[in-house]
Amino acid sequence: MRELTYDEAAVEAVAEEMRRDPKIFYLSTDPIPPLLREFGPERIRATPIAESAMTGMGIGAAGCGFRPIVDWRQVTFCFVAMDQIVNQAAKIHYMFGGQARFPLLFRATVCGGGRVAAQHSQSPYSMFMNVAGLKMFLASTPYDIKGLIKTAIRDNNPVISFESSRLLRLKGPVPEEDYTIPLGLADIKREGSDVTVVALAWLVHEALAAAEELAKEGISVEVIDPRSLVPLDAGTIRDSVKKTGRLVIADEAGPTAGFSAEVAAVATEDGATFARLKAPVKRVCALPVPIPYSPVLENHVFPDRKRILAGIREVLREGPAQAA
Amino acid sequence: MSLSPQGRSAASPATNLPPETQREMLRQMLTIRLFEERASADYRAGKIYGVVHCYIGEEGVAVGVCSALGPQDRIISTHRGHGHCIAKGADLPRMMAELYGRQTGYCKGKGGSMHIADFSIGMLGANGIVAGGIPIVTGAGLAAQMEGKGGVAVSFFGDGASNAGPFHECLNIAASWKLPMVYVCENNLYAAQTAAAATHALPDVAARAAGYGIPGEVVDGNDIFAVHQAAHRAVDRARSGGGPSLIECKTYRWRAHTERKGQPDYREQAEIEAWKGRDPIARLERQLREESALDDAELQSMERQITAAIEAAVAFAEASPFPLPEQATDDVFAA
Repeated sequence: MRELTYDEAAVEAVAEEMRRDPKIFYLSTDPIPPLLREFGPERIRATPIAESAMTGMGIGAAGCGFRPIVDWRQVTFCFVAMDQIVNQAAKIHYMFGGQARFPLLFRATVCGGGRVAAQHSQSPYSMFMNVAGLKMFLASTPYDIKGLIKTAIRDNNPVISFESSRLLRLKGPVPEEDYTIPLGLADIKREGSDVTVVALAWLVHEALAAAEELAKEGISVEVIDPRSLVPLDAGTIRDSVKKTGRLVIADEAGPTAGFSAEVAAVATEDGATFARLKAPVKRVCALPVPIPYSPVLENHVFPDRKRILAGIREVLREGPAQAA
Repeated sequence: MSLSPQGRSAASPATNLPPETQREMLRQMLTIRLFEERASADYRAGKIYGVVHCYIGEEGVAVGVCSALGPQDRIISTHRGHGHCIAKGADLPRMMAELYGRQTGYCKGKGGSMHIADFSIGMLGANGIVAGGIPIVTGAGLAAQMEGKGGVAVSFFGDGASNAGPFHECLNIAASWKLPMVYVCENNLYAAQTAAAATHALPDVAARAAGYGIPGEVVDGNDIFAVHQAAHRAVDRARSGGGPSLIECKTYRWRAHTERKGQPDYREQAEIEAWKGRDPIARLERQLREESALDDAELQSMERQITAAIEAAVAFAEASPFPLPEQATDDVFAA
């Protein structure tokens, strides 16, 4: 199968949908050249650096029958549009009794590792998960991002595509034919029986590397990529934990009230899953600090395969299973 | 035209609107006023919940502007939104049922007074966040431009919103892209309790239009013909591809910021009384009488009809069921 980068797969998803549906247009402070070349400046619009305006304009055009894509570029820039995201986009369908639809895709890169310091290294998806009325996903592969973006563009609600800046150049197989991936469906990236690792984005790849290493020791690690954050596929996570009895959650965001906390709750508030846990749930997250610039500092803040390995070993050591 | 700080206006511009149209303008303004007087009374009686913001005194703006629009044109409103809904043609029973929190309301009881919308008539919603609606309706202007059918979008907002970022972001983008927009600032001289005089660098919001290279006009918001004519010019310009305009309507709210009991109101009584003397409704009545286009019997008949329509709206609301508790989880997402 041919290979595309994560970034190319995302752009291809947008282009294919724009060819299919003339109601789709794109607002961005910085148009993507291949899209601009193919669709022209009427549909690939260069906006002023005015995120509040461009986000709200997306909402308004969506309510008038269009299917806008609003590209915030980096998630950090959307914070100046928080009123439009939280007070308007998330609530407008519900607050008006469902009388109009607001099909709208927001795009934003997240994650760190780029040595660009605190304002440009953020993974704030849990802030948005906390807002009822928004759907969102964070893909880990070119195949997944293409299928998820196509689904999101066809969805009749505001959907945020969080995209890992660490993975933009990652290559992977992407079929030529049309396909979509439903929101709310996790992917088991590696099957295993001793411990479940739920990971997002770059940390999916780090978890797979950790699993490979542990396989040499006879330890079988299951790696689950939820892909979709809202809705979250609780069933797949619980089924895996029921099977392995151990759960490690790896997230590039900080732990506090984060995605990792939500996954821990999904596992532990379900009686049947809780009953099978053999060890406390372990979270492997960024340290709770703004992300620093110097490589020595930044590397220390983020989790990686070594910390995932240590987390897995910790849950394997703990609990009654050790005595068995 | 510019107004003195006391808001004294020049004589009303001559109008060639047919008497029928003028009587319809009066009917709509009276409907807004009587609807809100009833809503206020029912709010104080505990039949309407939360918060109600009355538009009484400012009716000339909504009706003057919306009478220059067609059914294909779209508007967005503010937290003080009943007047815009009625002027755009919203259904009184469904409005009242929404205020009453009933299943039959415009928003099925999810929105209340601050969040009434009717997308089928191009009313994109009242909005509880000052300046929050401006970007959304600018998106409706972009949609109208892309649709290419001559539609126009109108943003109603207050003097308070004119100091917020989205106002400036949107005027710039609308001017750059020549969007078919009309920005209507209802300058009622107070942002909640705070006097515009204390928070605006310049007394006239319309002067800011110059910064975006678009027409800006101050009009007497209590003179419905002045508002209508300014709106008409701006709508024509927008429809013909000339781009956006900013109209500032100097007006005044007669009531406190909200209808909440004990709501502080620091405005001087003399100021309030002076503005009541510039009532847009009494003014149109007077003009219609002077032109022999309205007599006592006609006015009384109009008032009776409006009162009956509002009574019917209240009866509809009271007879309507409350939502079922479990409907709280409906419509979080569209199918």
